[in-house]
Amino acid sequence: MKALMFGWEFPPHILGGLGTASYGLTKGMHKCGDMDITFVIPKPWGDEEKGFANIIGANNTPVVWRDVDWSTVENQIGKTMNPQTYYDLRNNIYADFNYIHTNNLGCIEFSGRYADNILEEINNYSIVAGVIARTVPCDVIHSHDWLTYPAGIHAKQITGKPLVIHVHATDFDRSRGNVNPDVFRIEKDGMNYADHIITVSNLTRQTVIEKYGISPDKVTTVHNAVEPMSEEIMAIEMPRNPKEKVVTFLGRITMQKGPEYFVEVAAQVLRKTNNVRFVMAGSGDMMNKMIRLAAERDIADKFQFTGFLRGKQVYEMLKSSDVYMMPSVSEPFGISPLEAMQVGVPSIISKQSGCAEILNNVVKTDYWDVDAMADAVYSIITYPAMYTHMKEEGIREVNEIKWEYAGQKVIDIYRKVMKW
Amino acid sequence: MRTICFYFQIHQPFRLKRYRFFDIGNDHYYYDDFNNEEIIRRIAERSYLPANRALLEMIEDSGNKFKVAFSISGVALEQLEMYVPEFIDSMRELAKTGCVEFLSETYAHSLASLADPEEFINQVKAHDDKIELLFGQRPKVFRNTELIYSDEIAAMVASMGFKGIITEGAKHILGWKSPNYLYTPATAPKVKLMLKNYKLSDDITFRFSNYAWNEYPLTADKFMGWIGSLPEGEEVVNLFMTYDTLGELQSAETGIFGFMKALPRFAADKGITFSTPSEVISKLKPVDVISVNDPISWADEERDTSAWLGNILQKEAFEKLYSVAERVRLCSDTRLKQDWNYLQASDHFYYMCTKHFADGAVHSHYSPYDSAYEAFTNYMNVLSDFIVRVEEQFPDSIENEELNALITTIRNQAAEIEVLKKELASAKANAGVVAEEKPAKKAPAKKKAAPKAAPKAEPKEEAPVAEEKPAKKASAKKATKKAEK
Repeated sequence: MKALMFGWEFPPHILGGLGTASYGLTKGMHKCGDMDITFVIPKPWGDEEKGFANIIGANNTPVVWRDVDWSTVENQIGKTMNPQTYYDLRNNIYADFNYIHTNNLGCIEFSGRYADNILEEINNYSIVAGVIARTVPCDVIHSHDWLTYPAGIHAKQITGKPLVIHVHATDFDRSRGNVNPDVFRIEKDGMNYADHIITVSNLTRQTVIEKYGISPDKVTTVHNAVEPMSEEIMAIEMPRNPKEKVVTFLGRITMQKGPEYFVEVAAQVLRKTNNVRFVMAGSGDMMNKMIRLAAERDIADKFQFTGFLRGKQVYEMLKSSDVYMMPSVSEPFGISPLEAMQVGVPSIISKQSGCAEILNNVVKTDYWDVDAMADAVYSIITYPAMYTHMKEEGIREVNEIKWEYAGQKVIDIYRKVMKW
Repeated sequence: MRTICFYFQIHQPFRLKRYRFFDIGNDHYYYDDFNNEEIIRRIAERSYLPANRALLEMIEDSGNKFKVAFSISGVALEQLEMYVPEFIDSMRELAKTGCVEFLSETYAHSLASLADPEEFINQVKAHDDKIELLFGQRPKVFRNTELIYSDEIAAMVASMGFKGIITEGAKHILGWKSPNYLYTPATAPKVKLMLKNYKLSDDITFRFSNYAWNEYPLTADKFMGWIGSLPEGEEVVNLFMTYDTLGELQSAETGIFGFMKALPRFAADKGITFSTPSEVISKLKPVDVISVNDPISWADEERDTSAWLGNILQKEAFEKLYSVAERVRLCSDTRLKQDWNYLQASDHFYYMCTKHFADGAVHSHYSPYDSAYEAFTNYMNVLSDFIVRVEEQFPDSIENEELNALITTIRNQAAEIEVLKKELASAKANAGVVAEEKPAKKAPAKKKAAPKAAPKAEPKEEAPVAEEKPAKKASAKKATKKAEK
């Protein structure tokens, strides 16, 4: 079975959970066997893992015919793509795109981020998708998140193959209800054109059905999973202060993640015990506000901010924690509690997180229930049995949440839309 | 002759309110009164009261041929007295027929039998006292919390003078043996063991209204037919269930009351009688010895104690609770003792069960908590406060033995003081007769015990020392010793 996937992020260059999920799913599907996956991303860096999917960069795909020789192509894009693919793609340019700014290879530049001109990038991405869809044979098209829906729709119109869109988040999650009309339009368009919609949790499924008016039989939930931790990460040993417990918040410090509840919890717990430290790791538009709030609550001596953590630092932070907290107001899935569980850190998550639907060995509370969260933190740091039980049972549980299972479910959905 | 022994269990715990870690050390009231009242009233209205009426009717209609036994935990009785006093009256009325037997168990519906023999024995006594007080009969047959049983427990129960024990007819214990006989424990040959026929009991408790069951609908005729067709020689069928089976687990609409009421008639047709456990034990002889090393119970598929003490959360809470047992027994604070009872209820541990979350459906059905972790957190917070209170009673630094010795001293002192008082009085009387001494000595002697003893030996030196607390005991001792000489 040949699948053409459109994504926006791919590890190791990721900004959020989307990249991790796309990567894990693709790899899991590959493990299920008999899958030939082409994965399109705006801007590959050349250090992406290969072998389970054929990665094509949108910024390496010509949309304007340029007469360039093999060595030039190889020099410029050789480390991310086979030059022959370039020529194959070049044979399928379908319209005159000279009005767009292109480079010497006739390719459009992409930032691959979430820049201010994102709508323009999305549009360009779907132009490129037209070339790719004409070149790469496929049985089914799969678009990851709203940025790639227009590309998916375009590819569907060209090839006539069924389109599956994967909703990793909706704008209702990101904006706490203040939806951007442009984003909503693109999302709604994608859902209308899709032959089937995959959501990462029942929570998101409900949003898709209720807020976007999609028929429930077209929407299926495939919960995310988690990649096994690499040995390198498992081997990290962090120094621990036995007299002081560490409670961690890790993620973007934005409205969606509910950081203010974490500060309130910290204030409550610190009123009762002193042998605990709270750490807010990450950055975001609410960071300064949180620093002020912590100072206002008079807990700044026990409340630390680390700023943005990348790569290994994330796991170092997790490994030096005793409790992980995710008080997200609305989290379509939320993969980080699973990672915390993998390294043996008990987690407290909000019931408004998609991952709460599949996890048992975590404490689940409402995001606004500061009292309940404070109780849970106190319990984990005070009663050793609670800590040990959550740690051990958590590891056991999370090891059974595998991408292969999610991949198999997606393949079943492919079969259904292709009427195989 | 074949006989049926019905026994119903009534138990409701004092559920804990949401007790936050902030409350530790500040708030010493732990119970969710609203919920407890609501639940016990609901169950009483739907089940206990109508069931009592039905049983009374059955006993009267059958001319006192229908017999039944009850096991009501002390904590449930307390709640019923508080919230549904009419139930106690209705139970008394039932007891008056003479066809009802009350069984013994632990007062707090606790797991003390697994941890603390002294506590266990105390609780059984407390429970039997309460039953005697309310219903005028002293239980003779014992059944442990959740039918938990082992050889060790059998020995303890035998030492308390019970003639019979009721427990689960767990398959892994019985093997090929049938539960429809009496057995005897390996450790207590004089005691008789009655085993629950779980197949027939569960037919009523769980399957009665199950449409998917191939024997649906279960009629009294059919049920008695099954019992009637058991192999020759199987003399007793023990149907043990929780009382809320009638009306709550199987609601009145399922026809459970009609089914029950029809039982005596069909039983009479087949020549089957009804008996109380005591009657069974006095009439029948045990056929074999049964040995149970690891405790069994009536819960879940495993029929062991893992529903209460299966994971480390439960074990930790359990150990913490009983770590203060000795201390609590030394205390005399009534409220503390009361909380001690309520906190021991096995239900609190049941809520912490994480045994395969899928099967947890049954567990969560009864649990006021969302998850086992929440249950643990809440319970531990309450327990922490409780332990703080226990420690307030007696300083932590004194070892239990030492404390015990001191308390004994204090208690003995009271007796000694009495003796000395008498001695003093007689001495004075004698003195009064022999030679008139100064009457002024009488006044200080009345104030304290220690100085009282003093006048006999060295009045001026001993009296002031007796003011300090620890010194008081010592000096009192000395004084008494001297007095004795």
